[in-house]
Amino acid sequence: MLGLSRNDFLMLLFVLVLVAAAPIILNPFPEGSNFAQFNAGYPDLMQRFVIFGIFAIGFNILFGLTGYLSFGHAAFLGAGSYAGVWMLKLLTINVIPAIIISTVVAGIFSLFIGFISLRRSGIYFSILTLAFAQMSFALAASVLTPITGGETGLQTALNDPRVLDGGATGGNIPAPSLFGLEMGHSWKVAVGDWIWTFNVGYYLCAFVLLIVFYIAIRIFRSPFGMMLKAIKSNSQRLSYTGISPRPYTLAAFVISGMYAGLAGGLMVAMDPLAGPERMQWTASGEVVLMSILGGVGTLVGPVLGAGIIKYFENIFSKINDGLLHQWFSFMPDGIENVIVGIIHPFVGKGWHLSLGLMFMLVVIFLPGGLVGGINGLFRRLFRRRSQ
Amino acid sequence: MSSAKNPLKKPVTRRSVLKASAASAAVVSAPMIIPSSAHAYLNEPKGSSVTLGFNVPQSGAYADEGADELRAYELAVEHLNGDGDGGMMNTFSSKELKGNGILGRKVEYVTGDTQTKPDAARASARSMIEKDGAIMITGGSSSGVAVAVQGLCQEAGVIFMAGLTHSNDTTGKDKKANGFRHFFNSYMSGAALAPILADAYGNERRAYHLTADYNWGYTTEEAVRTSTEEMGWETVAAVKTPLSQTDFSSYIAPIQASGADVLVLNHYGANMVNSLTSAVQFGLRNAEANGKNFEIIVPLYSRLMAKGAGENVKGIFGSTNWHWSLQDEGSKAFVKSFGEKYGFPPSQAAHTCYVQALLYADACERAGSHDPCAVGAALEGFEFDGLGNGPTLYRAEDHQCFKDVLVVKGKENPTSEFDLLEIVEVTPAAKVTYDASIFGGELGSCNSG
Repeated sequence: MLGLSRNDFLMLLFVLVLVAAAPIILNPFPEGSNFAQFNAGYPDLMQRFVIFGIFAIGFNILFGLTGYLSFGHAAFLGAGSYAGVWMLKLLTINVIPAIIISTVVAGIFSLFIGFISLRRSGIYFSILTLAFAQMSFALAASVLTPITGGETGLQTALNDPRVLDGGATGGNIPAPSLFGLEMGHSWKVAVGDWIWTFNVGYYLCAFVLLIVFYIAIRIFRSPFGMMLKAIKSNSQRLSYTGISPRPYTLAAFVISGMYAGLAGGLMVAMDPLAGPERMQWTASGEVVLMSILGGVGTLVGPVLGAGIIKYFENIFSKINDGLLHQWFSFMPDGIENVIVGIIHPFVGKGWHLSLGLMFMLVVIFLPGGLVGGINGLFRRLFRRRSQ
Repeated sequence: MSSAKNPLKKPVTRRSVLKASAASAAVVSAPMIIPSSAHAYLNEPKGSSVTLGFNVPQSGAYADEGADELRAYELAVEHLNGDGDGGMMNTFSSKELKGNGILGRKVEYVTGDTQTKPDAARASARSMIEKDGAIMITGGSSSGVAVAVQGLCQEAGVIFMAGLTHSNDTTGKDKKANGFRHFFNSYMSGAALAPILADAYGNERRAYHLTADYNWGYTTEEAVRTSTEEMGWETVAAVKTPLSQTDFSSYIAPIQASGADVLVLNHYGANMVNSLTSAVQFGLRNAEANGKNFEIIVPLYSRLMAKGAGENVKGIFGSTNWHWSLQDEGSKAFVKSFGEKYGFPPSQAAHTCYVQALLYADACERAGSHDPCAVGAALEGFEFDGLGNGPTLYRAEDHQCFKDVLVVKGKENPTSEFDLLEIVEVTPAAKVTYDASIFGGELGSCNSG
């Protein structure tokens, strides 16, 4: 169906169900319970899951298929974001032009950087992309301040022209919308003690994710994808057979750059601000972590990795000592303090530490990432059953 | 599941499944769409508590300030809920706060890490608003973050009470109807410092600026430049330094050859500590230029910076929003309760955050509501006293507080590790007041979600 094999179609269907029901799945704990802190079903985080999922899928097309490790993909995310905010400022508050232009701008930008960086491979390629991204970051943070808003970032303002909308209206900056439907608009549904939030912006992102996920599957299964895998396994041999790998790697680089730009465009459509740190090397490193954590070269892996990292960043970082004491208040005071003392370094500002530990465990024990691990588990189960 | 194992010994049919699921759904209670009209405004507190969002840097360059801000907020919550000794609530000129929370609701709070990055700060603030139902966001230790979070609060429809942010833009070109700032700004620093500098160093000086290459650096350089040039100083050069710079020797070396006799360090936090240290190591403090002693100026000072720079701050002029050695009743009460709880005196970041929390609670009481528009109206034009800075006005036109500014100097003989700055002069508010329209920008209208 849709030009997919049965397995791939089922996978797409699985992802469809997952993203459609995410507001319900991610809120497993009733409102007001002790564990409500772990609920992730609020619009901002759900949007982030999906947007970084798109970013990671795109990155995986380059890294997973060709093996070229780009350490500067955040530059395209940032370029897309800036382009998106400018569209919201100049053209219209409708998000469609912003999303399209940000993808295009990031595509052009990645064509330029890819053309130069892909003259080298391996570590030299990584360093070149890193250098370009850091250059973009430094430029955006200082020299290009008139265009990027510098360190403060670029925001929409009351006196923006917005040519298609006819300029300023009222005393408030309009919120990004899709033909009048505001991205921030949510329907809240209460079922018993549970509250589920169905957010317009999230479903727009989810819709885009499904499309780009479908495109990624098609790329993975196409002859073009096969060629990319050939480059990863042995690009020298490919050259000896008379095929130049560069047009293929460049195409993969631009495609993944456009994915990043699309993610950047969606980010500003959800929240119209673009800051230079979006281009910093830490942001580029994050997407590498996402891919490795989830499983490099797998389709679902990067999305999973993106989800886990964003979950840690947003949920674990907000657990403070007060909450810990509340959770363990049923214990005698001495033991309570000891337990809180033990957990303390791993939550709140220590969320990086828990994430790092998890990353180490995955890399050491599950070299194929989480998806690789799950696949291995299934294979073992089925083998046992068939015996 | 096979029907043979079913304990009810009944075959499972489509009909029975439908019946059972319908019944169980009814037990769980029918799904109910909550209409947005159920709330008069975003995150309207319905129960017996109200949630505030404390968004402070817990990692990155300003983590020290962030930790101190969080301490101050915890203290403020304690006092608002009627625990502790009440701190500045006793000296505050408005007597609405009774120690029974805000409008009778117990104050609860959530915390988040801004990482001193606008993006992360907005994500953290959004999760507080969307997930935790925070009715007010406060905190932060950089102007970039303050401007970004202020914009978000305006869009979302909650009040933003800025923490430490010194750039003119926060209540200048980027001001928002839902945002309020108690801290002073670059303009006020410049206006307060200039006369003192003229007295100490004369009217014929040649200044060399090193400026942190970001928003706050630009506005501070501009403010100090304008006010010193008005009294006759000349600006030789203004060089931008990257925010991430740690070694400033290559920026310091050319200064002596430039013909300048004053160095202005428009740096904050670790930047200032490093640049000042290398300026002193290069012997600038003992140097002579144009027949005068070479001098160094740090427009925005903080105790934490003075501590970092150690010996090198002795005799160096700067300005600050508040200092724990102030002897008014409000400051004494605050230093006492902060000191008793944590064992050391509070920083200016802690002070402004504590005050902002109290001002917000008081505005809610006076407005009789948590509605951002009502609270905003209560804060606009509000005049108060007893919070450590003398009589203060929350100006309605730009939501900026106007109060006395402290000009300080690094102490020559510190008696303790906290006693590093001495107050040279308290510049009255009237001298640092400016016209609200000079920085441009528009407040817009208040948004309650």
